[in-house]
Amino acid sequence: MSTPADYEPGAGLEGDSAPGYESETREGVRAAIRGYLIGLVLASALTVASFWASSTHLIYGPGVPIALVVLAVAQMGIHLVFFLHITTSPDNTNNVLALAFGVLIVFVLVFGTVWAMAHMNANMMPSMG
Amino acid sequence: MNAAVLDHDHGHDGRKPSTAPGHGTGGPAAKRIIVGDGFWVFLISDIIMFSAFFAAYAILAPATAAGPSARQIFDPNSVAIETACLLLSSFTCGLASVAASQRSQKWTQAALLLTGLLGFAFLLLEAREFSGLLARGDGPTRSAFLSAFFTLVGCHGLHVTAGLLWLGTMMAQIYAKGFRRDIQHRYFCFTLFWHALDIIWVAIFGLVYLVGLNL
Repeated sequence: MSTPADYEPGAGLEGDSAPGYESETREGVRAAIRGYLIGLVLASALTVASFWASSTHLIYGPGVPIALVVLAVAQMGIHLVFFLHITTSPDNTNNVLALAFGVLIVFVLVFGTVWAMAHMNANMMPSMG
Repeated sequence: MNAAVLDHDHGHDGRKPSTAPGHGTGGPAAKRIIVGDGFWVFLISDIIMFSAFFAAYAILAPATAAGPSARQIFDPNSVAIETACLLLSSFTCGLASVAASQRSQKWTQAALLLTGLLGFAFLLLEAREFSGLLARGDGPTRSAFLSAFFTLVGCHGLHVTAGLLWLGTMMAQIYAKGFRRDIQHRYFCFTLFWHALDIIWVAIFGLVYLVGLNL
């Protein structure tokens, strides 16, 4: 294994990260706490928005579930970024790829099931309840 | 032609080779990275299992068999407090991670204790909701809707229970053994697990409770 001339011990460690990992340096503490605080504020705002959307009469009735789905997906994104530290940085490629595959499976499973079962209900004979 | 371009250690775009572990010339990734990645894959498989329960619930929610509907049994206030408990516990769990990265026994234990208490409060509220439903005869055997509801929300509750046991174990291990490397790896996996539980709860309170209240 070749070692570049400008190699510094430990320098490479900063180029890699696992989900949830954060800096262990003293100056990193303030930034880490600020990150969690931002996440808490954003997640709280989306939670309040969700509860507001479900109780208000300002939104067109059938549109409420769609609004709730959008808010829930947005909040899950906030949790992934600020609490689980999943980012788009090159070091996170493995985790993001695993996540993308998981999201694909979840999408196929949930929407496939709902879609297929809706058609089965529509094709059911009345006597079959 | 520049000789460096022909050097196999250098990227074809002329950038310096990555010396980070797990990238090209850097050698294998640190064990912390491998442990985190592996546990992350487990969490995604767990989320896929939950998505099957979500799909079943979405299909069976209208099948109330003349029993109570979602709107009649869901209490938005209780759900709001449960949501606040889990969200705050995710935050304090993050603070515990910061404290652990600084090897602060006192702050790590304090933040973990707070995390555990908030998780316990969540479980108490959920147990109150479930026991109220069972007392009225609206248990999982009442209708397909209630079967799917108890399976989905109960499975999340079991995960939180397991998470609390794990949290207690981690507090004891960090107290008795300190911030040893293997203890850090276990603790790291616990924080990922706890944050993932909160993500699943976001889907439950939004798509099950709040959508149910609007059906």
